[in-house]
Amino acid sequence: MATTPNAATPADLPWGPRALLRRMRGADEIAHLITLVAAATLLLITVLLVYQLWVLSAEARHKFGWSFFVTKTWDPVAGDFGALPFIYGTLVTSVVGLALAVPLGVGGAIFLAELAPPKLSSSLTFVSDLLAAVPSVIYGLLGVFLLVPIMRTTVQPALKKTLGFLPLFQGPTYGIGFLTAGIVLAIMIVPFVLSVSREVLLAVPRDQREAALALGATKWESTWKVVVPAARIGIFGSVFLALARALGETMAVTMVIGNNPKISASLFSPGYSIAAVLANEFSEATGNLYLSALIELGLVLFLLTFVLNGLARLLILVTTARGSGVLPT
Amino acid sequence: MSARLIWRKTLNVTMLSLTGLCALLTVSALFFILGYLMWNGGKDLSWNFFTRLPAPVGEIGGGMANAIVGTLKLMVLAALIGVPIGLLGGVYLAEFGGRTVPFLVRYTADLLNGVPSIIIGIFAYALVVMPMHHFSTLAGGFALGIMVIPTVLRNTESFLRGVPSSLREGSFALGANKWRMVATVVLPAASRGILTGVLLALARVAGETAPLLFTAFGNRYWSPGWMQPTSSLPVIIYTYATGPYEDWHQQAWAAGLVLLGLVLVTNILVRAFLTRGTSFERS
Repeated sequence: MATTPNAATPADLPWGPRALLRRMRGADEIAHLITLVAAATLLLITVLLVYQLWVLSAEARHKFGWSFFVTKTWDPVAGDFGALPFIYGTLVTSVVGLALAVPLGVGGAIFLAELAPPKLSSSLTFVSDLLAAVPSVIYGLLGVFLLVPIMRTTVQPALKKTLGFLPLFQGPTYGIGFLTAGIVLAIMIVPFVLSVSREVLLAVPRDQREAALALGATKWESTWKVVVPAARIGIFGSVFLALARALGETMAVTMVIGNNPKISASLFSPGYSIAAVLANEFSEATGNLYLSALIELGLVLFLLTFVLNGLARLLILVTTARGSGVLPT
Repeated sequence: MSARLIWRKTLNVTMLSLTGLCALLTVSALFFILGYLMWNGGKDLSWNFFTRLPAPVGEIGGGMANAIVGTLKLMVLAALIGVPIGLLGGVYLAEFGGRTVPFLVRYTADLLNGVPSIIIGIFAYALVVMPMHHFSTLAGGFALGIMVIPTVLRNTESFLRGVPSSLREGSFALGANKWRMVATVVLPAASRGILTGVLLALARVAGETAPLLFTAFGNRYWSPGWMQPTSSLPVIIYTYATGPYEDWHQQAWAAGLVLLGLVLVTNILVRAFLTRGTSFERS
């Protein structure tokens, strides 16, 4: 019966237990079922993931309620937990990372999509993809032993001298802290901004460029005033995607952020991020309340990245009409 | 030339060179990282590094044999858990799916792919470590396996979709069932691309540290079987780099070089050779 391919969709077939049994005899239905189970496993895992985070954080959620998000103390000994310093640290490092990575990534993408000859463009994209494959603990290693000393002795004092009137660049220079973590994050997310933005730019129809050039625009004017605006939404998508990555980045941030739960306006100050506190304290957490407070932090992080990713993919979908197919793996 | 035109042309050249500089800066980061690791870690790579166990804490010397084996064991588990589900799920999306379910699965796969790896670690902790009451290789492999699924699934689907429909029609015309068509015609035609996806996904999780911290944990000795905590390269790099001993730092560089070498060589080989002659888009 299944030799007619078009009739094989379940909707066209008769339903009911007996009909199901009859259909099961055909190997096609078994294959269909097995693959469906595999696909459904993925959905199940995701649902289970949310469920676990929700259930295991119950104790902290009940005890602290919404005040969890505005409390500044994190005192495992007294059993007093607040998420604010971690949320603050996560957001600040990600914003610093984005501020550095977006111009670099979008600029590079413009070069690769608009200027570079195809061969050069594809080999540079290849290198950028390799960069995206570098494990984050390697970035952490370089961060600890290379970037932190440079920040302490050179970059931070220089910033303090020139921009020290801003509260952002005041206070003692330890080397570790928000700024250093942000810089490491920037290096890590540039390849993502670059390759997604490049795809989005390449998806802009050629006619648009030619029309702009025919009207007498320079190459830059056609790029900046025609191509980039046309790809704007997709570029925003790539930025959201990079932001989601930055928020959840764990190892490199843990190694350079300083691991100190405090809120400070200065970017030189040591801080803490959600992912970093999970990495440091989860396996040593004693007591159910401590553990469930950590898991609630995990839930917050999960929801943040979930929403951002969903939004990013929607935006990229709109511009390339290919959606997440353009994502770097 | 009018002043305005000169300004426009200067702006043109300046901005375009700046974009080139951005691209150059980005790609040069890779060569810098690789070079710096080779310079720092290369001199500490010796036979001992690959064959010895770590020395007792505080003593100099020793190697990382257990971490290398641990990483390999975790990879095997990740492949066993992640690849079948990803592969079959991909087949479902490309060959059997209707309209609503595949959309849902695809979207969920992309979202799961973006979930921070440390959250996957919590998940594996809740599902495997808590019932067993101790850390284990199994829990680490489970966490990594889950991270492999979405990538393999999406890759498999896109390569299966790349197979021309004339092949499908041809095998139907010869009287094949649908599952036969998929198993003997479509899957072999897409096999190189699918293998590429699998290897790249495994290379990616090979460097993951965060999900292993509280699943596979760490171990200064060999880890027999699958139910004991195990050492792994990424975790030991983290432990050694943040540890207090100078000798540990040196070994962390060496381990970093080995890990980066492993990941990059896999990536380069796979992308350069396996993707030749397929419709694989490097994205």
